[in-house]
Amino acid sequence: MIRIHFIFSFLVGLSLLACQTEKKKLPIYGNREAEEKVVDGKTIVDTIYHTIPNYEFLNQDSVIITNKVFENKIYISNFFFTHCPTICPTMQRNLLKFYEKYKGDPRIAFLSHSIDFKYDSPSVLKSYANKLGVDSEQWQFVTGDKASIYKMADNYFVYAKEDKNVPGGYDHQGYLVLVDHDKRIRAAYDGTDDEQVQLLFNDVETLLKEYE
Amino acid sequence: MPSFKLSTSLFAILGLVIAFSNCQSKESVEKAQYVANGRKLFATHCQNCHGADGKGLGKLYPPLDDTLFYKEHQDKLACYIKYGIDTTIHVHGIAYNSKMPENPTLTPIDIAYLITYITTEFGNSETKVSVDDVNKQLENCQ
Ligand code: HEC
Repeated sequence: MIRIHFIFSFLVGLSLLACQTEKKKLPIYGNREAEEKVVDGKTIVDTIYHTIPNYEFLNQDSVIITNKVFENKIYISNFFFTHCPTICPTMQRNLLKFYEKYKGDPRIAFLSHSIDFKYDSPSVLKSYANKLGVDSEQWQFVTGDKASIYKMADNYFVYAKEDKNVPGGYDHQGYLVLVDHDKRIRAAYDGTDDEQVQLLFNDVETLLKEYE
Repeated sequence: MPSFKLSTSLFAILGLVIAFSNCQSKESVEKAQYVANGRKLFATHCQNCHGADGKGLGKLYPPLDDTLFYKEHQDKLACYIKYGIDTTIHVHGIAYNSKMPENPTLTPIDIAYLITYITTEFGNSETKVSVDDVNKQLENCQ
């Protein structure tokens, strides 16, 4: 009798676990604030999350893009430069795996910001994208003035700085940052680390399920 | 004493066989060491661009498995690694015109390890490249 009990509670436990994994949601990163709002005459408290602010950047086709291009899409964002001799090739090799897996899928897009505002003009970015094997608008490569690109890096919590003492002249982190439909950051992983990249593959699937 | 003769000649043959296999294994052990050291250096200095599998990345960074390229440029590989490449090159018939950076900190023995590693691991080469080979190449870089 006791035995049956055990098995039963074990099964209940298992099914609870299964429920939990199915409903798994990704965390929302960054500071949050509570805001009081009046809706239908009642005061409610709303949580304001950190979001990626509006931007205007020039892409590889010399077209100005704003955050409208990613409307109703999740996207993975990163910071790189075309003649970066250190972490970028590995990070871009890994992001290319996502691009290839989801090529043509309208639910997801990719955004690479160049932090080399001096050299990486749209035509340089275009030739880089082509050589990488990217020939669609699903992956945007953008440039902008120094202040706005570096400020944008802050918004993604990615460190980026001009530094004469590092190879290539710019010091930065190789994070791949996952952003949801509301421009909130839902995951960030080291794009040079195979294990972390695998976690990001899982998180992308989890986030896509939120919008099913 | 025919039986004595037989055993001595047997010994002699055995000795020869041992000496020979020893000599062979000494060479292959040395090569294996070059490959092992080269693998470590490759992970630090080259893998980000050329990939852990040596397959490169699109048309940005060439793969390292073109045996014909190795054959035709065997006396330049050390120069490429030490001083980088700034000209258009063809790998598997595809043109690459990016820039490979120089590696001023690599010593001739490091370069010998690296060339042995890439030509063995990705290019199926069976021979090891020595420091002397590397020094000779480095004297003639343009
Ligand atoms: C920053 C990226 C980068 C790094 C790091 C790098 N390479 Fe290269 N490598 C290149 C590029 C780009 C070319 C093609 C050059 C061209 O387009 O003219 C190349 C070409 C080569 C070639 C000749 C072409 C071929 O595919 O066989 C060899 C050999 C080579 N690299 C070996 C190495 C070795 C060994 C290292 C490490 C010491 C290394 N590379 C590090 C970018 C890199």
